[in-house]
Amino acid sequence: MKTRVIGKSVPRKEGREKVTGRARYVDDLTFPGMIYGATVRSAVPRGRIRGIYFEGDIPWKEFTVVTAKDIPGKNCVTLLIEDQPCLASEFVNHPEEPIVLLAHPDKHLLEVARRAVRIDIEPLPAIFTIGDSRARRRVVWGDDNIFKSFHVEKGNVDSVWAAADRIVEGDYETGAQEQLYIEPQGMIARFSAAEGLTVWGSLQCPYYVHKALMPLFGLPKDRVRVVQTETGGGFGGKEEYPSMIACHAALLAWKSGKPVKIIYDRAEDMAATTKRHPSRTHHRTAVTRDGKLLAMEIDFTIDGGAYETLSPVVLSRGTIHAAGPYNCENVRIRSRAVATNAPPHGAFRGFGAPQSVFALERHLDRVASAMGLAPDELRRKNFIGEGQSLAVSQVIREKVDMGRLMDRAFELSGYHEKNNLFAETNARSTIKKGVGFASFLHGAGFTGSGEEYLASEVAAEATRDGIIRIFAASTEMGQGTNTIFSQIAAETLGLDCNRIEIIQPDTAAVPNSGPTVASRTSMIVGKLVEAAAHEIQNKLFKSELLEPDYAAADFSRACNRYIEKFGALASLAKYEHPLGLHWDDQRYQGDAYGAYAWAVYVAEVSVDTRTAEVRVNDFVAVQEVGRVINPVLAAGQIEGGIAQGIGFALYENVVWQEGRMVNNQMTNYVMPTSMDVPRIRVLFEEVPYAGGPAGAKGIGELPLDGTAPAIANAIAHSTGADITRLPITPEALMEMLEATHA
Amino acid sequence: MPDRASKIRVHCRVNGQAVTLEVYPMTRLLDVLREQLGLTGTKEGCGEGECGACAVEIDGALVNTCLVPIAQAEGAAILTIEGVADGVNLKAIQEAFINYGGAQCGICTPGMILAVTNLLARHPDPTDLQIREGLAGNLCRCTGYTKIFESVVAACHRAERPA
Repeated sequence: MKTRVIGKSVPRKEGREKVTGRARYVDDLTFPGMIYGATVRSAVPRGRIRGIYFEGDIPWKEFTVVTAKDIPGKNCVTLLIEDQPCLASEFVNHPEEPIVLLAHPDKHLLEVARRAVRIDIEPLPAIFTIGDSRARRRVVWGDDNIFKSFHVEKGNVDSVWAAADRIVEGDYETGAQEQLYIEPQGMIARFSAAEGLTVWGSLQCPYYVHKALMPLFGLPKDRVRVVQTETGGGFGGKEEYPSMIACHAALLAWKSGKPVKIIYDRAEDMAATTKRHPSRTHHRTAVTRDGKLLAMEIDFTIDGGAYETLSPVVLSRGTIHAAGPYNCENVRIRSRAVATNAPPHGAFRGFGAPQSVFALERHLDRVASAMGLAPDELRRKNFIGEGQSLAVSQVIREKVDMGRLMDRAFELSGYHEKNNLFAETNARSTIKKGVGFASFLHGAGFTGSGEEYLASEVAAEATRDGIIRIFAASTEMGQGTNTIFSQIAAETLGLDCNRIEIIQPDTAAVPNSGPTVASRTSMIVGKLVEAAAHEIQNKLFKSELLEPDYAAADFSRACNRYIEKFGALASLAKYEHPLGLHWDDQRYQGDAYGAYAWAVYVAEVSVDTRTAEVRVNDFVAVQEVGRVINPVLAAGQIEGGIAQGIGFALYENVVWQEGRMVNNQMTNYVMPTSMDVPRIRVLFEEVPYAGGPAGAKGIGELPLDGTAPAIANAIAHSTGADITRLPITPEALMEMLEATHA
Repeated sequence: MPDRASKIRVHCRVNGQAVTLEVYPMTRLLDVLREQLGLTGTKEGCGEGECGACAVEIDGALVNTCLVPIAQAEGAAILTIEGVADGVNLKAIQEAFINYGGAQCGICTPGMILAVTNLLARHPDPTDLQIREGLAGNLCRCTGYTKIFESVVAACHRAERPA
């Protein structure tokens, strides 16, 4: 398909504001009379609140104070269910759980006051590990500590074990990971008799916040307004937690009668907000002598923390991705999200898949080794193809050629040449080099029937000057929403991108196009942008004010004349589920996603065996993502995701003490710097997907899935260490090296 | 606590303009820029000198303003992101960040642009290692740095815009 602006690296729409410092983030906004809010939190992981005391030499009368009993409506942060309170009233279930809110015009005095609130809590026994939760050493949530469990069954796994040539088992673990957006979380709330409640903030999902605020105050939807300010990174960390902060700021604004700003400092943000779920996976795999996968039995558990939040959905994606892009007739996956007394874990780019894909791709390297096969040989014998089915029995109807992606990744990275070379050079050096890869897939959009339930909408409107305004709740947080939507609308209408205006997400102005998550913005919402733009064009054609093959000037003239003649020139596009996609929520079988991105990533590492330090020297990422809308932005997504994956693999270690993150500073929680990330080489294969705008699929989360296992496999190959857990810090690698060579 | 001491008078130049400030001596330069001077382009990412989002140039040196008490700014010439562009004309590095994907969410961008400006003043044609070292104090969670390196190289060589 020939395109004008799709496939072009159109410059970022809001780029000028960002490079000049004029872009306005939430902390850059002030309102007349605005005061500041702070949160007093639990110091214990689990217990009963006996009393709250306002101590110290503090002018308490000047403060606005909110506790659970002040809440006018329901005391919960509404999400999937209503188990998480907005403020703990009687019991606390994790460290850093919010209990009291304070507001005052003086930020510095506010901080002194926060420390002077003493909360007397009678401690109760708590649990902190997946093991203790599963063993029900204490039941801390529901009847059994289980938020959600899934069981996927394909073929007949039990019939295979006896006849298998080989059975390989393994256990894998991944740690928590902090999203570490560079802009900490923050919100401003204002109440007025005329307008009701308005909040402005750094967030991914305006309508999630809107949904949480209504029951908290018992307000109807038109009395609550949520506006997204420029957002300094999200990565999932601003999917559900902003609802909590919005509720807090709103309560303080309601009680004080003044606009209230709450901005978390880095330490509070890291200690109190969500992280990637820690996981444990057990694999049991039956293989034939020549390396054909006969059966895969996978047991996958994630630690959800103290409240359910999004854990069932994270678990779902992790479960569906657990068996990877392989064709295996017999698969059983059992999975569960369990409760512990840590702050709830939540959405983080990849959403459960990076955990289960790490386990699978490490495991398959170990299976290959057990069979005396090269790791790529084992994969090639089992790659899924058109007409074959995934673990959830979804038959692949797209053109998929994992072997070709592997060929290209190996060619670009020099995988085989390096393998041979390093085998020679490693023998003479304490620095061991190695290459490793991972092959994987990532589904775009909500799982199963999720998109049908969301029923997203996008509106478009033409001005008299022929400017097209796009109204969607999908947020720009760096990933390129504004630019991509402009390109899609511009392509559809034959206009320049600068003729498209993207309206700031504001629940009073935009329809609900769903949350900005799940690699759905380009593919699902972009398709609605395309449809809304098409409808505008069709109205002009039907009114005979415009004819096909028009020039840009004709378009503007036609818009003006249409509006004069008929009034507003607007359209509304609603999501329609692609025909032929069916999902069975009970059996967890069917078409889990409308489309998948497919990828093979290759990492080259060097390991200093004296210090157990690892460097990533080279990284090649080859992926098939449908049509690429904007090559620079798309590559930027992949590269950024890989850097986060490098952090997940090597550096980012959340240190826990009784459910509390104790290294909650950038000084001792280490993310990759410019010295740690190699120049990443990104290559796209483009097979247009009919269900996406101009053929695009989703890519945002994909790079998190394959990066860590590629690095882990490279370390295993270079050192012989049996890598089974992340992060591979020098201390962890030293232990794994010693265990291997013992 | 800034309010325990009495205010002092500090004279400095910010983006070429002379300013006189009545401030508590231990107030962070970051807060003075953002709250008293309304220069909100300088961002706070960590408050402990790790992330570089609050970086500015003071007398030609790259400095994290979250670690600078305002008392130290007496007589200093300060350059913030608001003073980088020449009126409406962007600097080459700003254009490059827009065209080569150097900015994504944009929160690290002001500090990053200052860090690159500082780097290019020292090394007009930097090597790959010089770029890496020059930007090592500025954390970016979005780009993985590759597009930032490409932006720096493009700004030096005035390369063609990507297709």
